Amino acid sequence: MVANPTLLFPERNGQTRGATSERLLAVENVNLEYRTRERIVRATHDVSFDVYGGDRFVLLGPSGCGKSTLLKAVAGFIEPTSGRISLDGQTVRGPGADRIVVFQEFDQLPPWKTVLQNVAFPLRVAKKLSRAEANERALHYLEKVGLASFAHAYPHTLSGGMKQRVAIARALAMQPRVLLMDEPFAALDALTRRKMQEELLRLWDEVNFTLLFVTHSIEEALVVGNRILLLSPHPGRVRAELNSHQYSQDSFGRGDFQRSVARIHHLLFEETEAAQ
Amino acid sequence: MSSPATSLPPVLPPALPPIRDEYERPLEPLGELVFEAPLPFGKRLLAQAWLRKTLIALVLIAIWEIAARAVDNDLLLPTFGATFSAFVQGVWSGELLRKTAVSMSVLLRGYLLGAALAFVLTSLAVSTRVGRDFLSMLTAMFNPLPSIALLPLALLWFGLGTGSLLFVLVHAVLWPLALNTYSGFQSVPATLRMTGRNYGLTGMRHVLLILVPAALPSILAGLRVGWAFAWRTLIAAELVFGASSGSGGLGWYIFQNRNELYTDRVFAGLAAVIVIGLLIEHLVFDTLERVTVRKWGVQH
Repeated sequence: MVANPTLLFPERNGQTRGATSERLLAVENVNLEYRTRERIVRATHDVSFDVYGGDRFVLLGPSGCGKSTLLKAVAGFIEPTSGRISLDGQTVRGPGADRIVVFQEFDQLPPWKTVLQNVAFPLRVAKKLSRAEANERALHYLEKVGLASFAHAYPHTLSGGMKQRVAIARALAMQPRVLLMDEPFAALDALTRRKMQEELLRLWDEVNFTLLFVTHSIEEALVVGNRILLLSPHPGRVRAELNSHQYSQDSFGRGDFQRSVARIHHLLFEETEAAQ
Repeated sequence: MSSPATSLPPVLPPALPPIRDEYERPLEPLGELVFEAPLPFGKRLLAQAWLRKTLIALVLIAIWEIAARAVDNDLLLPTFGATFSAFVQGVWSGELLRKTAVSMSVLLRGYLLGAALAFVLTSLAVSTRVGRDFLSMLTAMFNPLPSIALLPLALLWFGLGTGSLLFVLVHAVLWPLALNTYSGFQSVPATLRMTGRNYGLTGMRHVLLILVPAALPSILAGLRVGWAFAWRTLIAAELVFGASSGSGGLGWYIFQNRNELYTDRVFAGLAAVIVIGLLIEHLVFDTLERVTVRKWGVQH
């Protein structure tokens, strides 16, 4: 691993912006396996990547490339068979409140808690905040996602998009070192998904968190991320690492955006296309 | 070989729809349009579950009264009126209330003890593999065993008295509740479990703060079944060995009055069991459901 990113990206030296952020999350030569009843299946093979502070780092690949498994390993739910995952230089061992996950499933919100309680609960059990402090901070982040007026509603009364907003507010309120999102918008309708991507970018501008985001949508990866790790399937191996900081919601129709989509599509599917 | 296609008429290209003009239309204010209307009075009345159930109860009582008058034998089947007056008399004299209190106190102790044991067993079962095997073996062994079949043994071990009753009660409550609770724990979505672990919750805190509320529909179902089993077992056990230290419960009341051929009082005793059952079902369990699982939208 190269400790100094400027060695890898010498052109960054010309940038006029201030100091660059440090490496936050390091995934080094990670192999992941899961077992079924009959066999052990390798989900990812020798995957390495670095996430820097303030990154919107996207793991992109077709289904079966182990991107969700990789995210769960970073979250600490799965232990790598070999290789090392470290956060701030500390090896990740087990789940922890410094890496909060926003899942795809809507049932990630305990249904017995109101929206406000859902956001405040982890603040109380993991951050040991007092009830008043937890509620205050929870309300602050609920306002950020535009759900302050639903603070006392129960999750089952909310729409899918609102539930995901609560999950995002809950994750942001915990102020994790890195926010992990596992296809958070995949179960939403297309219009809501676009809106949520927009809001996520707005939140990133306001709060400036570090994000590790899993998706199977090339467009979503380009819009949401500033850097994209492409994974090939069966088992997941690193295919490329690309920059996408130049794109936003408004880039959809642009020529360079379309070329990037085509390039990624080619990178992901060239073998299957060649076989045909 | 001649191709059959040559005999078919030539394939025409599919007809395309015409290109139509686009249009935009500003939304006009809705004015006097009514969005919501109250339900008619009759429908609102029938939407009340208690009213429907009261109607059913009245029909059942009417059938009973007619059947009793047709039989016309107070020893075999007293009328609703006779039973009602025996019930009121029993409550008035305090005898029925006393017996009920005795039964209830034993019942509640046995029930709580059984529920506590079930919780300990299932908590062990979700946290360790040995605990899981232990629970599944014990429930497979003891759940089919009727509590009453254990009564002779209980009498031998604990003598004539509350100890024996508690023993059979715990047996009646423990296994169905443990089974239901455990299956509830197992059906908690994986995402919710991961969410809990993501907060850093482990062990007992994970069970109490995540698994128990998430499995509450199953736990409540288990508590209901356990409650019914406990009632049955208690009344049956009291019928078998009657009074302990001079103060019997409801089962004893029923048994004694049957011996003396006060059939209306036997019916009054049974009615007391039914009334308590209905009250607990509607006041306790329904309320519990309403303020928890229904409010959370996990059960309808």
